[in-house]
Amino acid sequence: MSATRRSPGMRLAFRYLAAALITVVFVFPVYWLFIISFKTPDEIFAFPPVWYPKSLQLANYHVLFKDGDAATVGNSLILASVSTFFAMILGTIAAYSLVRFKTGGENLAVWIISQRMMPPVAIVFPLFLAYVFIGWVDSYVGLIVLYTAFSLPYVIWMMRGYIEDIPLELEESALVDGCSRWEVLWKVVFPMARAGLFATAVFTFVFAWNEFLFALVLTRTEVTTYTVQVTHYFGGQSNFWAKIAAMSVLGTIPVFFTVAVMQRFLVRGISMGAVKG
Amino acid sequence: MSATVIRPDRNFKYWIIAPAVFLLLAVGLFPLIYSLIVSFMRIDMMDTDTSFAGLYNYKQLFRDARLWQSLLHTLIITAIALPLELILGLAMAYLFLEKMPGRQIFVSLLVLPTIISPIVAGATWRLLLDNQYGPINQILGWFAGERVNLLWTISPTLVYPAIIFCEIWQWTPFMFLILLAALSNVDKSQTEAAEIDGASFWRSFRYIVLPAIWPVMAIAILIRGLDLFRIFDIIWALTMGGPGTMTETISVYTYNQGFKQFETSYTAAIAFLIIAMLTIIVTWAIRRMGLAK
Repeated sequence: MSATRRSPGMRLAFRYLAAALITVVFVFPVYWLFIISFKTPDEIFAFPPVWYPKSLQLANYHVLFKDGDAATVGNSLILASVSTFFAMILGTIAAYSLVRFKTGGENLAVWIISQRMMPPVAIVFPLFLAYVFIGWVDSYVGLIVLYTAFSLPYVIWMMRGYIEDIPLELEESALVDGCSRWEVLWKVVFPMARAGLFATAVFTFVFAWNEFLFALVLTRTEVTTYTVQVTHYFGGQSNFWAKIAAMSVLGTIPVFFTVAVMQRFLVRGISMGAVKG
Repeated sequence: MSATVIRPDRNFKYWIIAPAVFLLLAVGLFPLIYSLIVSFMRIDMMDTDTSFAGLYNYKQLFRDARLWQSLLHTLIITAIALPLELILGLAMAYLFLEKMPGRQIFVSLLVLPTIISPIVAGATWRLLLDNQYGPINQILGWFAGERVNLLWTISPTLVYPAIIFCEIWQWTPFMFLILLAALSNVDKSQTEAAEIDGASFWRSFRYIVLPAIWPVMAIAILIRGLDLFRIFDIIWALTMGGPGTMTETISVYTYNQGFKQFETSYTAAIAFLIIAMLTIIVTWAIRRMGLAK
């Protein structure tokens, strides 16, 4: 390898240069989105494009809060957090059943995982008609049920791996101490799988937070999510650029925040999930 | 222990898995059965004829040029984006494999595109690629030495590059993270021994590293392949399937048939076709990649 012949210092400098270049390329679009949300209309429609605004004025955000558009971020928050909560509980106890009792054998496990490949567009139309029938269109409960169900294969798949790592002796001694099966779940399994729960919950939350197709079809005005709200500004007219950018940033900041706080669990979550498969 | 104590235990395993299975059946199996039944009728916006129409809708599928074109569009995007994401992700994983001060900061920044909503990603690229006020044409202009006015989301020759840029930008970091984790787990002593024995980088990659990371890489390819097959959000945000129906993918077409044309029975038939195709592809891929245990 030619790289080994170079001096270690040169090599490190070269790697930094490459790393910096790649990072700039990948981060630049995010920077551009954020910067547009702070621009005045004159700056947005300036030619040549302005790479940084004169001041970080918040008028674009102010409009979203004044018109109530920003409430869609609240809807996304409710839908994503409640569905994550239910998916984590239902998925973890189901995974526990698969791991410890081999419920349904390998077939049930494979069937559950295979549900992940179900293309949303193929099931959303029948679901829409069913939701019209039971009155769940444009309701929190409708989307929460759907997001919970859609996250379950992933949660069960991930939590299976984490639960396998819990020493059986811990559960056995809890049972000997007089704990019921349910108490073993709450007092041993959930605390022991904590890291896995957090890592999995981050991904489940981000999935529901970013989801678009179900929200597009199954919401109207009451529970519109921020992703659907962003597309409302695609009028073909470029006048809504400021709103597109500001709304996107409002919807993206919570995800950045969640991921930053959960970083430690996240990297482990990605590697464990993939490696364990 | 008395029988009364053991009994609740016996059903416990079913109690705790029942809610998950019930939800999956409600959301997965109900639409499937419904689609199957409705696809043999002739329900559309005007007509609610629920009598048995035989294979009418399925015969229509074969005559529907727009359907097969949308399938072709989907496959083109997948065939170009997936290998590029894999190769770029692998190269980046190699770059960051060795420890270097500040590596964590780079990795944290590189995660950003992947955790953004695909709708926001599409919106962002719409802003970036704008012919007049976007920075991409401006940067190209610096190299060209004159004003560049490429209509990225409108011109027939440029829409595919536009979609694929956005797709690669968003999902290469995903490949990168998974492959970085996989590469970190490869036993270093083996690759070092091979290097001492004079094996080239490629030979040691081919015979030591690749077999070691393959199980993880195969899952990453499968996940991304499935996601690309149902690509919807990015297209919706960037082109809405346009110009005309040039970038209409299978998901966008199905959506249009169901929610714009209200072809209830025909949409059900398309949905069934998609699920059948996916089942065949996934089963084949799992066998082929040696993922079946």
